[in-house]
Amino acid sequence: MDNTLSKLLQDFPILDQKVNDERLVYLDNAATAQRPNQVIEALTHFYQTDNANVHRGVHTLAERATADYEAARRKVQKFIHAPEPEEVIFTKGCTDGLNLVASTYGEANVSAGDEIVISIMEHHSNLIPWQQLAIRKGATLKYIHLTDDGELDLEEAKQLITDKTKIVAVAHASNVMGTVNPIKQLAKLAHQHGAVFVGDGAQAVPHMAVDVQDLDVDFYAFSGHKMMGPTGIGILYGKRELLEAMPPYQYGGEMIGFVHQQESTWAELPYKFEAGTQNIAGAVGLGAAVDYLTGIGMSVVRAHEQELVNYLLPKMEAIDGVQVYGPQDPAKHTGVIAFNLENLHPHDVATALDMEGVAVRAGHHCAQPLMEYLGLTATARASLYLYNTQADADRLLVALQETKEFFNHGSRETK
Amino acid sequence: MGLEKLNSLYREVILDHSDHPHHKHALPDATHKITLKNPTCGDVINLDIQLDDQDRISDIGFTGDGCTISQSSASMMTDAVMGKSKDEALNMAKTFSDMVIGKKHPQKDLDELQDAAILSNIMTFPARIKCATLSWWALQRALLKQPDGNVDDSEKEE
Repeated sequence: MDNTLSKLLQDFPILDQKVNDERLVYLDNAATAQRPNQVIEALTHFYQTDNANVHRGVHTLAERATADYEAARRKVQKFIHAPEPEEVIFTKGCTDGLNLVASTYGEANVSAGDEIVISIMEHHSNLIPWQQLAIRKGATLKYIHLTDDGELDLEEAKQLITDKTKIVAVAHASNVMGTVNPIKQLAKLAHQHGAVFVGDGAQAVPHMAVDVQDLDVDFYAFSGHKMMGPTGIGILYGKRELLEAMPPYQYGGEMIGFVHQQESTWAELPYKFEAGTQNIAGAVGLGAAVDYLTGIGMSVVRAHEQELVNYLLPKMEAIDGVQVYGPQDPAKHTGVIAFNLENLHPHDVATALDMEGVAVRAGHHCAQPLMEYLGLTATARASLYLYNTQADADRLLVALQETKEFFNHGSRETK
Repeated sequence: MGLEKLNSLYREVILDHSDHPHHKHALPDATHKITLKNPTCGDVINLDIQLDDQDRISDIGFTGDGCTISQSSASMMTDAVMGKSKDEALNMAKTFSDMVIGKKHPQKDLDELQDAAILSNIMTFPARIKCATLSWWALQRALLKQPDGNVDDSEKEE
């Protein structure tokens, strides 16, 4: 880790603490990232100086709050290289954005006999909205499976995506397997058959440069809290012509043109999809997170995580009894590493690691169909971010070894 | 290092029960059956109970998949309730669920739980309380002929 990155640790006071008498090693970034002081200060500053409701007031604070809110939208637009700010809609989070597309675009464009194609590695948030849409419409939900190396099977995708397909929805990066999916190719396949492509960017946007125009995705959703922004704020990007043709998601204040007793018209984009008072401070905080990440550079973020994975993954795999899921080749692996210790339930592993100050997740990671497909009930998962260091990786490795030894002692060996 | 603390959670007797669980088999013709899941971690228990004509537990068995804590808890539970009447078993389930959240019970009640009383330590690991209670919830729900479900459903009823 060079000087820039080690200085950056000072921006995260939460990491400077002891948990169970050990220095905290936070490796649960795929669940939520930590926020730098810059984001926390942006929230405080907004509430202390500019807070007002947006787009309504004539007074100065309302103008400032509106300017802050719209500035955040333009920061995000630039960050994901969206053509226009009107195509960037504030949501509650990635789940909210995906539900928005399923309940508006999906509701209007999917009929009985149509097909929706997703992958077996989807998070429940990019699975259940499509499953339930398919049930409502009498459509068929089809799954792209994995190659032996834990990557998406593109050959199968080519078979599954046909003229019957109306929507293809796939995660840009898996929250379990640590794979980056070829969504540019999938979007192209979808377009060749007249379907739209929906990208779940929750695990990608925080960790790599994303260009929605280059990917040519029709919709793309992600969350603020996984990219060092606040909780309760997220983004849905959609191509203008699609968003304009779609009915609103929710009805209420802020999203209207004119309201009469028996009929209403809708506001222009993006407000048509932002009913009610939005998470204004959350948007401002997300803008600060974008500034923070941009200041470091997404290529630096990606390179740092790749370097850590290159270091950590082979050492984890070398521990006897550790099984790592997803690609075994570090070059194909993001900072998300799902693993199990032989003969140990991941819940026991996570508790033991927590006693060593190492925070990891254990469970099905909101991907039960993937777990079933892999023949697993659960896994442990370590997920890295920019502020993790080689020392953190070493702590995990030592703690894994000690956990293994702890559970191998006592009754297990005397019987 | 912090792993010494684990000793209080994973006492030898607990590890022994999880390595060699008692009554871990299905009773296909049982009078009372239930499947209960812990959606947090994907653990699942299938509990089969055979009540005789005096409403006593004449046989009990479980299958399923889970962590050390949930497996050993299920094993200790089956030991403790074998031969008990339905009402006695329900009382024990209540004692256990109270014990793991720190509610006091007379020592006599805790003794009834046999090995399972060791799990009172789980209190200091709040994230793992559900692992320990899963099998006891299953016992209670099966005896009351309640439907299959999630451990969270039981929690809400409390």
